[in-house]
Amino acid sequence: MTPGGGSGPMKDCEYSQISTHSSSSPMESPHKKKKSAPKRKWEVFPGRNKFFCNGRIMMARQTGVFYLTLVLILVTSGLFFAFDCPYLSEKITPAIPAIGGILFFFVMGTLLRTSFSDPGVLPRATPDEAADLERQIDIANGSSSGGYRPPPRTKEVIINGQTVKLKYCFTCKIFRPPRASHCSLCDNCVERFDHHCPWVGNCVGKRNYRFFYMFILSLSFLTVFIFAFVITHVILRSQQTGFLNALKDSPASVLEAVVCFFSVWSIVGLSGFHTYLISSNQTTNEDIKGSWSNKRGKENYNPYSYGNIFTNCCAALCGPLSPSLIDRRGFIQPDTAQLAGPSNGITMYGATQSQSNMAAATPLLQSEPSITSEELPLPGKTSISGPCATLTLGQPTPPSSMPNLTSDTGLTDMIPLKEEHEGHQFLTPEEAPSPPGMLPSGSPITHSHTMHVLSLASQDSLHEDSVRGLVKLSSV
Amino acid sequence: MATEVHSLQELRRSASLATKVFVQRDYSDGTTCQFQTKFPPELESRIERQLFEETVKTLNGFYAEAEKIGGSSYLEGCLACATAYFIFLCMETHYEKVLKKISKYIQEQNEKIYAPRGLLLTDPLERGMRVIEISIYEDRCSSGSSSSGSSSSSSGGGGGGAGGR
Repeated sequence: MTPGGGSGPMKDCEYSQISTHSSSSPMESPHKKKKSAPKRKWEVFPGRNKFFCNGRIMMARQTGVFYLTLVLILVTSGLFFAFDCPYLSEKITPAIPAIGGILFFFVMGTLLRTSFSDPGVLPRATPDEAADLERQIDIANGSSSGGYRPPPRTKEVIINGQTVKLKYCFTCKIFRPPRASHCSLCDNCVERFDHHCPWVGNCVGKRNYRFFYMFILSLSFLTVFIFAFVITHVILRSQQTGFLNALKDSPASVLEAVVCFFSVWSIVGLSGFHTYLISSNQTTNEDIKGSWSNKRGKENYNPYSYGNIFTNCCAALCGPLSPSLIDRRGFIQPDTAQLAGPSNGITMYGATQSQSNMAAATPLLQSEPSITSEELPLPGKTSISGPCATLTLGQPTPPSSMPNLTSDTGLTDMIPLKEEHEGHQFLTPEEAPSPPGMLPSGSPITHSHTMHVLSLASQDSLHEDSVRGLVKLSSV
Repeated sequence: MATEVHSLQELRRSASLATKVFVQRDYSDGTTCQFQTKFPPELESRIERQLFEETVKTLNGFYAEAEKIGGSSYLEGCLACATAYFIFLCMETHYEKVLKKISKYIQEQNEKIYAPRGLLLTDPLERGMRVIEISIYEDRCSSGSSSSGSSSSSSGGGGGGAGGR
């Protein structure tokens, strides 16, 4: 019996206190000279996002409509300042261009903030985390017998007396926190997901909701302001020279009036809608699904609401701003230790560990390239993502609000693909991303089953309802 | 036998990472960041229950402080709004300040309590605020798991124990 045996073999060796900085700070990476320049995390980010200015700016992939928004605002405001303001400042007061300028500045500031900031993206699980979760789910479900996929994974939590279901995200391999949702356009889970807005070219979530709200609010004021003063300008001019001459003298006013007229209805309407959402502390997603409406049952109420409108508004707009969790500009750290424990039967995750030597405290993102690149070779994957993407593209409403739509219409496309996919899996287990070395010995059959099941489950761009639908078909 | 002194870095190189334990989030209070204080069974032999619970409770307290909605956060929010949020370019938010405190606290806990027991806490910020990851290291100098390991540890441990004082 060792003298210090009571607390295990650890006490036999002394540990000097070395700075634990190396485990959590990115500072060390520049010292570790790699042959190539150290990469920043945004360069290997797994979601469908675009990054600019070396990771400082983050947007969705489709930014065309955002440029349209910019052009509309800049052109209309520019024309206003160039053509209407000189006349108005002379005739009425120079405060008009001043106020207009302030409003314009505010609109542009909030628009750029909304579009360029991280909406609250949740980073994907590290392989170790995912394996641990899988193990817990298997324990909860009994055992993974292989052959067919276990039922959809949900966890129930009681929040303020209301039962909330937490869903498992197959792409990000996490249980989504309450109010989070997976955006299929950006392929990220976003905290407090409101909706994906093509007009700002980004998702609207926890971190940029207040910027979005201030943007639409200030834009409504600006639109109304410009519209009102353009009309005033034309009226004043037509008092002097007649209506048609007034229009001829300032043709820009006509354009501005038309743009503002059509924008006012939608923007003011949207501001009103979001004011209602803020005061009741709901997201667009929840409102559309009717998650907390009375129609679902008398017992149904919003557990996140603070009870009164004022507190709800303050919490949404003036509450603390949480930091970005994805650390876009951090450096990718090289791995230090490898998880040498036996893989717990989840061969998929065990495989990726061996691929990229996972470490205790390395940032998760280093694992992402190996995961995504390994899954890409599967033949059915990219074509399956096609129908889903076309279904949800170009829709300003939140993708997760139409799960039925995607699963119903997407299924018919996916059935033939699934069969070919299945065949591929059974024939060539070696091609799947798991080198034989990492597999638990003596279970090649269960291996191919679990792999088949897990490969189906891990088709990244599928909405999870569609995946569930696939599984129902395969079990028939 | 010479005293075996292991630095944390050497520990990582020479020790093998046996397993990782994940302390999950506790959502019973809503979306605020809180972690479960339930003691993981894998740490049973490694660390005293009370120390672990105290660490998690302190962390929960820090996060609650960061996300607190009160006078100062309103002031910060209104000021930021008034400047069209340009002030965030120069000023650090209250949340970021608390996160720095948390990171210092975790480092301190690692140095004082966890590293001597062969454990390592990872800042939840690096794991998307989803889990507190605790890495459990098995040191290769003394026993791992098998009986052959224990016999070597009894001889090595005896020497180390004597030399270690």
